[in-house]
Formats: sequence, structure tokens, C-alpha cells
Amino acid sequence: MDAPVARGRKGGVGALALLTTAALLLGSALALQAYREARHPLPPASGDVLYFRGGAAVSRAALGFDAILADVYWIRAIQHFGGTRRAQESDKTYKLLYPLLDLTTTLDPHFNIAYRFGALFLSEPHPAGPGRSDLALSLLERGLAADPKRWQYAQDAGFVHYWYRQDYRSAAEWYDKASRIEGAPWWLRSMAASTLAEGGDRQSSRQLWQQLYETTDDTWVKNNAQLKLGQLNALDEIDALAAMVQRFAQARGRAPADWRELVTTRWLAGIPLDPSGTPYELRPDAPGGVALSEKSSLHPLPPQFLKKAGPTT
Amino acid sequence: MGRVIGLVAYHVFKESVRDKVLYNLVLFAVLMIGASYLIGQLTAGQDVKIIKDLGLAASSVFGLFIAVFIGVGLVWKEVDRRSVYNLLVKPITRAQFIIGKFFGLALTLFVNIAVMAAALYAVLGLMLWLQPGLAKVTVEAPIMDPQLLTAFALLYVQLLVVTSVALFFSTFSGPMLSAAFTFGLYIVGHFNADLANFEAVVKSQAAGWLGKALYYILPNLAPFDVKAAVVHGQTISPGYVALTAGYGLLYAGAMVSLAILVFSRRDFK
Repeated sequence: MDAPVARGRKGGVGALALLTTAALLLGSALALQAYREARHPLPPASGDVLYFRGGAAVSRAALGFDAILADVYWIRAIQHFGGTRRAQESDKTYKLLYPLLDLTTTLDPHFNIAYRFGALFLSEPHPAGPGRSDLALSLLERGLAADPKRWQYAQDAGFVHYWYRQDYRSAAEWYDKASRIEGAPWWLRSMAASTLAEGGDRQSSRQLWQQLYETTDDTWVKNNAQLKLGQLNALDEIDALAAMVQRFAQARGRAPADWRELVTTRWLAGIPLDPSGTPYELRPDAPGGVALSEKSSLHPLPPQFLKKAGPTT
Repeated sequence: MGRVIGLVAYHVFKESVRDKVLYNLVLFAVLMIGASYLIGQLTAGQDVKIIKDLGLAASSVFGLFIAVFIGVGLVWKEVDRRSVYNLLVKPITRAQFIIGKFFGLALTLFVNIAVMAAALYAVLGLMLWLQPGLAKVTVEAPIMDPQLLTAFALLYVQLLVVTSVALFFSTFSGPMLSAAFTFGLYIVGHFNADLANFEAVVKSQAAGWLGKALYYILPNLAPFDVKAAVVHGQTISPGYVALTAGYGLLYAGAMVSLAILVFSRRDFK
């Protein structure tokens, strides 16, 4: 009876010794690796590598796993866009963005969000994006070829023409095309008409972003639409403040030194804040003498509307 | 006859449980739960689509490995361990033995696929419970889409075809070669459609006919893959499912018949 107990104890001690040895060896290996990394660091692995470029070839080799591969490339596209956008370097090329989106949509031609987000990512002007609205349009056209009933792609193409290219005629054509697709909402037809009549007008732009904000379910698109609506509101407020500063300058014969001067003289109830809550800046070099702070989350404002502000006298 | 086949099938299933084959379900569950958390951090609002893609792809990969690696050992192991001698002296025909082996692995695969489908629905249900807003976001297909079952059903039939191919090779070849042949046919099965139009790219009429013949002889596995269509909420007609499943079952039946033919002619003296 004692023999098995003794054998069991011996086995337990042996196992403990082995576990201790394994832990010691592993600990030593980790310490050695940390020492080697400190003394001889390896060059950082480049994330900007694309192993495959031909989407059709990857699709053939995927053996039915196209959809999951498309997801992997989509995640890479988002990481590449977000990572480059946040990077501190001045030369942001976003060089892999289109190839990654191309691979994603070739592997999964019905990847709705890759076309819609991809077009917005590609169109964003430098440095917030690559400023390639031409590629955005070709991506959306491919989406429409894969899924001709998706009026949203035509709507997005109109949007890219309107907002990023300021080509209001083409925008109106695309809105009209979108409105003719079965199941498209009624407002696309009026959007086509108003774009042609009032292209570049802040009010029609506001209407456009408002429609996008109300019709999208996606958080990223919603936040982006909210940001653009905030920028349009900021532009209106800058115009109003610039007019006030101009009137002040006419009345006093000089521009105000700071906002406090306008507050103490009751021209303003308080320091004027932009929709993000950051104070506007009084800058003689800015058109109209009033500018959005560079610290504001709304900065930079869309350049096509900045010219509306008048010079300070 | 049915009782004998059932007994052989039951023992194959029991052996796979003993061999810890079903442990892959734990790995699947961990993968799905881990992914459902990580994906949310990495993507911009495509969590549900990616979880569905991942769940279906993982089920397909795990099922394929089980079908191939267990399938190729089904007969070979019995011959190698010489247990086949003890079996064949009992009142059991070689056909019953092969059919029983096939149904045993089919049962293992069924349990696997059923549990994986349930786990995927559970993860999706959990996501919906934690973020009720997702129901509105996923406009292409509902989160708890019953159509996912169509993808799982066709995947199961595809795995039955792979199992039958592995079993066929297992009757006359070792596990390494059988696995290589089965994987080879799995790959060819996804490129099969090219053979149908082979005559358009070659001048020789004979080569064209050969391509056409191979197209019909080799398993055509691409039609079983409706994963992407289901995830995008595209309708898969019952007719398509019935015809594809029917093709798969008939093909598997043919391969099992060939396996019986080869095994019946083997001399174990």
C-alpha cells in the first residue's frame, strides 16, 4: 500500500521539478531575447507592404475563402488610412489605400461599405486623405457595375463630384442617375435639380450633408457628416462675426484688439465659440479678420467656401 | 444490414470523440468570442459581416481538416493495426464496413457543423444583445439570419463529398498520399469550372473533350460555396440548394461505391 503512495509522491516531485525547469528556461530565454533586442534591435517591420496586387488572381487562389480574405484586406485598408492620417510625417502618400480597396472589392464585389467608405477615404484632400477623387469615382462605378440596383453608389458619386471636385453639373447628372434606380428615395430628384441651380451654395451643401447624416446607419459616416455640418455652421458664424468686426472697425476707426473688447463694449455677449466649443480667433491676416482656430476639431474648413468671407476694412 | 452499418458508424463516432476530435469546437468557440471582441476594435462598423464570414470560413476549414485527416485513416488504420482481420471474420460484409465508416465520419462532421452553427448564432445573439443598435445597421441581412443555415447545410454536403474522396483513397493508399490526393482534388474542385470551357482555349478537339470529361468526373466543389452570398443577404433559391445538395450526395454515393469496389477486391490473406 505504501509503495504506490511513495511512487505518487515521487512522481509529483518529478513533475514539479520539470515545471520549475521549464519555467526557468523560458524565463531565461525571454530575458535573453529582451537583452538582444536592447543591444541589437531589428529594423521595424514595414506595414506598407502589399504582397498581392492582382485581385482576380487572389480571388482564384482563395478556394472559396474570398469573403474572409476581403475582410482581411478591408481591415488593412482601414488601418492604413487611419495610421497614415494620424502619422506625424508631412509626406503622407496613402499609397496602398487604392490597391487595398481594389483587392477588397475584387474579392468580394458586394462589399457595400468598402465602396462607400473607400470613396470617402480616397476623396479626402491631402493631408487628411490622398485627394484622389478620380479613384473614388472609378471605385464607385465598379460597385455600380457589380450591383446596378445600389442607388447609394450613384448618390455617393454625385456627392464626390459636388463636395470634392466642385463639379456641380456632373454631380447633378449622378443624382439624376441615382434617382432613376429602382427604390431610390424621392429627394434625390430634387437634389439633382437644386445641385444644378445652386451648386456650391452653403445651404444646398448643408442639405446634402443633412440627408447623408439622416440616411446613414454607419457611425463613421454619421460623424463625418456631423463634422461637415459643423464646418458649414462655423463658416456662417465667421461671416457674421466678420461683418460685426467690420462694423466695429468703421465705428471706432480701428479693428478690435481681442474679443474681450467686443464683449466689454456689449457688441458680443461672450467669447464666440465655434460648434466644437473652441474660441474663434481675431486675425488681421484672415479674410474678414476672423478665423477658425487651428486647435479646433473643425479645422481646416472646406476651401471652396472660404472665399465667401470679405476683407476687413 | 442497417444495424451493422449503424454499429460501425457509432464506433467511428465514439473513436473520434476518444481521439479528442471534438476539441476543435472549443477552439472554434474561443476564436469566435475572441474575434467578436477584436473585430469591433479593428473595423469601421462591419463587425457582423466579418463575424459571419469568419464563422463560416472557420467551420469550413475545421470541417475540411476533420474530413481529410480522419477520412484518410478510416480504412488504413484498421489495416495497419490488423484489426480489419478480426472485423471481417465477424458477420459483417466489406460494403457494410465501408458504408458504416462513411456514416460514422458523417455523424462526427454533423455534430461539428451543428455545434459550430449554434456557436455562431450564440455569438451573433450576444452581439445583438450587447449592441441592440446593430439590428438597424446590418441592412443587407438580419443578424440572426436563418439563411446562414443554408450555407452550413451546403458546407456539410461539400464535406461529405470530401469525406467520400478521402475514404476512397484510404482503401488502397497510405494516409500521407491519401491526404495529398484529397487536398489536391479539393483544390481542383474549386477550379473545376475552367475545365468546362477548356475547348475554347485549346485547338485540339480531343483535349477539349478531355477537359469536358474531367469536368464531369472530378468533384465540382465551387457551387457549394454560398458563404458570401448568404452574408450579403442574397437569396439562395431552394431549387439551387436541392440540386447542389443532390449532386453532392450522389457524388459521395458514387465515391463510396468505388471505395467498396476497391476494398472488396483487396486480399488480406
